[in-house]
Amino acid sequence: MSAIADQELDALRAARSLSMRNLRNIRRLPSAFFPALAMPIFTMIAFSGTFFAITSLPGFPTDKSINWYMPLGVLFGSAFSGIGLGFSTIRDIETGFYDRLRMSPTPRRALLIGPLFTSWMRVVMLNTIVIPIGLLLGARFSGGILGLASLLVASVGVATIALGWGLGLAYRFRDMRAAAIMQLSLFVGLYLTNAQMPLELIRGWLYPVARLNPVTQILNLARQGLVLEDSSEYMSWNNTWQGLAAIAVMAALTLVYARRGLDRLDA
Amino acid sequence: MTAATLPIVAAGSPRGTRMAIRQTLAMAKRSTKETFRQPALVAPSMVFPIFFAALGASSFSRATSLPGFPKVDSFLQFSVAATIVQGVLFGSVTGAAAMATDIQNGFFDRLLLAPTTRTGILIGRLAGSAIFGAFQAAFFIAVLWPFGATIRSGFGGAAIMVVSGGIVALAIGSLMSAVAIKTGSAEAVQGSFPLLFVLLFFSSAFFPRETMTGVYRRIADINPVSYLVEGLRELVVVGYSTSAIAKAILIPAAICVFAMLVALGQLRRRLAAR
Repeated sequence: MSAIADQELDALRAARSLSMRNLRNIRRLPSAFFPALAMPIFTMIAFSGTFFAITSLPGFPTDKSINWYMPLGVLFGSAFSGIGLGFSTIRDIETGFYDRLRMSPTPRRALLIGPLFTSWMRVVMLNTIVIPIGLLLGARFSGGILGLASLLVASVGVATIALGWGLGLAYRFRDMRAAAIMQLSLFVGLYLTNAQMPLELIRGWLYPVARLNPVTQILNLARQGLVLEDSSEYMSWNNTWQGLAAIAVMAALTLVYARRGLDRLDA
Repeated sequence: MTAATLPIVAAGSPRGTRMAIRQTLAMAKRSTKETFRQPALVAPSMVFPIFFAALGASSFSRATSLPGFPKVDSFLQFSVAATIVQGVLFGSVTGAAAMATDIQNGFFDRLLLAPTTRTGILIGRLAGSAIFGAFQAAFFIAVLWPFGATIRSGFGGAAIMVVSGGIVALAIGSLMSAVAIKTGSAEAVQGSFPLLFVLLFFSSAFFPRETMTGVYRRIADINPVSYLVEGLRELVVVGYSTSAIAKAILIPAAICVFAMLVALGQLRRRLAAR
């Protein structure tokens, strides 16, 4: 029993060390973290400015475009925080650092848990900067503290999903080809949703695609505390559980994908 | 043949000019072939704009009824101009990055050692970008037209848009080449791309200026990309007009002249530093 507890403690210690190393890398190589910070700010400002007028469409669930696009920016940044660790893993594989890690008696799950902790810390840093900027630009949480909590949970969820996906690809491709696939799939996954317009206002081919895409549910969870109280997208148990379920299923699938990739790396 | 037996051709003589043109054409051919031989590099600049056009057509189909929105058949028709400019911006960076790669791997130095025209090295490289830009414009028009993006100015208007695509590519390619010559780094060229993206987004490329307000509207008002896209858009949704043709051709041409002067200045500085 105590041997198992010791193993768990070892795994946590190793995960913490890896996590600290990844965090130090932000200071050493800021250009690697910068896109994760710049992307959400740019998305938020550019989209809410360009598509300012769409809030006057009948049925649009908020009267401020920033309320609609801030969660999109936050989720983009969170996803970049996750796959950013996929990029650094590729670098570690290419430089041989990963081989040294695998030869050391580091528990395998620590190689996943370490980056997972880092991605969550990156998300906290990101939200500490992006949400206040959004508030300065006029965003308002109609759902109060619960609305903010919904956005943060969605943000952590997307970072977890993106991390699993990024690590899984990094372990399989082992070079920078994986980086292009990570970014491409991220853009496609997030855009083929109600990212730009509410589902009810979408016409044509995108509507069925966005309805089936589970990321739509995560966006609904993120946005539910920022829309008008009389809209169907406002805070409800229905929006919450669907978003949480989408996060749980997608995070589980991508983390299993990452673990299998890691096992394959060892084989 | 030794250097002593090479024929001496005076730079300003008719024969010298003919040779300079031949050398420039040879380099233009090389850069065009290089672009089309690397489909993996240029595919994103063809696919992504089409993806965003399709996405916008479905997402913003209802937005065409907003006050201030121009009279259009569909949002797809509205977005043809933005699709062309967006694609050409993406593509032009690839050409400039290839020039930086030439500098990095020493090919540029070998060209300078050879008795080639200095300006031709730059013009030849940029000609490849211009040809690819025109090809992109033709491709986007051909793909979007059958889906309802009717060009009201007809085939003549489409031809003007193709020419405009080439000039825009030349202009952006020149600006990016200046970065390539100054830094000699493909990474630096790629790194400066987000600036172009910001310029595109803070314009009327994706939504009409008439629907914008405040600071955002003021930025779009002074952004030359707004007028360039609006010229192309007028050819698509309205038809022929002198102002549309002037905007579609003269604005990128003016940017092009400025950008070429900057790029040639950088080239001169690099040559002087050798």
